[in-house]
Amino acid sequence: MRQIFAWLFLIVLMVFLVIGGFEMMHPFGEPPSTMDQYIIDNAQEEAGSNNVVGAVVFDYRGFDTLGEATVLFAAVMGVLFVLRASEKKEET
Amino acid sequence: MSKIVRTVASQLMAFVLVFGLYVIMHGHVTPGGGFQGGAIIASGVVMLIVAFGSGQIKKFLRERRLSMVESSGALLFILVAFAGIGTVFFYNFLVGSRIFGGIPPTGSNPGDVWTGGVIPLMNLAVGLKVTAGLSAAVLALALFSSGEEMEE
Amino acid sequence: MTETLIGNFPFVAAVVLMGIALYILIFRRNLIKIVMGITILSSSVNLFLVTLGYRAGGIAPIYTDAPEGPMVLPVVQALTLTNIVIAVATSALILSLVIRIYRHTGSLDSKKSRRMKG
Repeated sequence: MRQIFAWLFLIVLMVFLVIGGFEMMHPFGEPPSTMDQYIIDNAQEEAGSNNVVGAVVFDYRGFDTLGEATVLFAAVMGVLFVLRASEKKEET
Repeated sequence: MSKIVRTVASQLMAFVLVFGLYVIMHGHVTPGGGFQGGAIIASGVVMLIVAFGSGQIKKFLRERRLSMVESSGALLFILVAFAGIGTVFFYNFLVGSRIFGGIPPTGSNPGDVWTGGVIPLMNLAVGLKVTAGLSAAVLALALFSSGEEMEE
Repeated sequence: MTETLIGNFPFVAAVVLMGIALYILIFRRNLIKIVMGITILSSSVNLFLVTLGYRAGGIAPIYTDAPEGPMVLPVVQALTLTNIVIAVATSALILSLVIRIYRHTGSLDSKKSRRMKG
């Protein structure tokens, strides 16, 4: 019974994504782009760098990079915390 | 591993370090930046772990030193972000000043390293953080599956 | 509708990858295969993000020695860049939890470690 529900959910989701999604998407190669056109035109004067992606990551969207650094820190601390040999050996 | 693999790996680590630092520090001129350069140096450390075994690498890369490098990278990032607090939180206050303060001409040009404002400092901070973090995670995984644990 | 599917071929590839990853996550019970399914899911999302910002006949958004042509969108590339590094750290965390579960229960079947014992 649970298998039938799982297959039904998967097939309905895939049909919706392939058919319904592509009627709502923009054609490939012509994205709507007013904000990105402003960033491409003004990145050399305002941020002073030739690399527009680097200027977006550290200057226009710097707050997201701060959040990403926090997630990286938390994940590394999680790995170092889980993988410690336990101090008391339990006798089973 | 055999003697050829160990010798070649220890000689190649110098080139990997130089290439990784080049990608980190030229992040505002060519494609690259902090995340990509940090991943390059961390993969060099993984090459050393595979060649020499995790028991020998554990004596050089202790957990406290890696944790200090990672925390100092995060602190440098936050300090540089707070230094422009006069206008707004992440303000680029070094554009047009004397440190890293050139402005490139509009359009296609051969790149100049002495541009970019606050971006090269942030690249260095994120590069330190990603290097130390990924090396510590892989070293902890390698040590745990061979039965020892990381030294304090 | 068929010419829409053929014209938007990179989006179809990203959706097919997501379908494969969801099939693995729902129907497989081995823990290592579930971790592989999570990795394929994040790869499909990264591919979808990068192909959202393509302009026909575009060049990379770098001004150093740039050829002629319109530039592709830079904001989606910035999102994908950090997403890849976070996915590496997150899969290291998941794998460390799988190692702990294996040492504690002795099997890699997800049905055996389902109940929470006291």
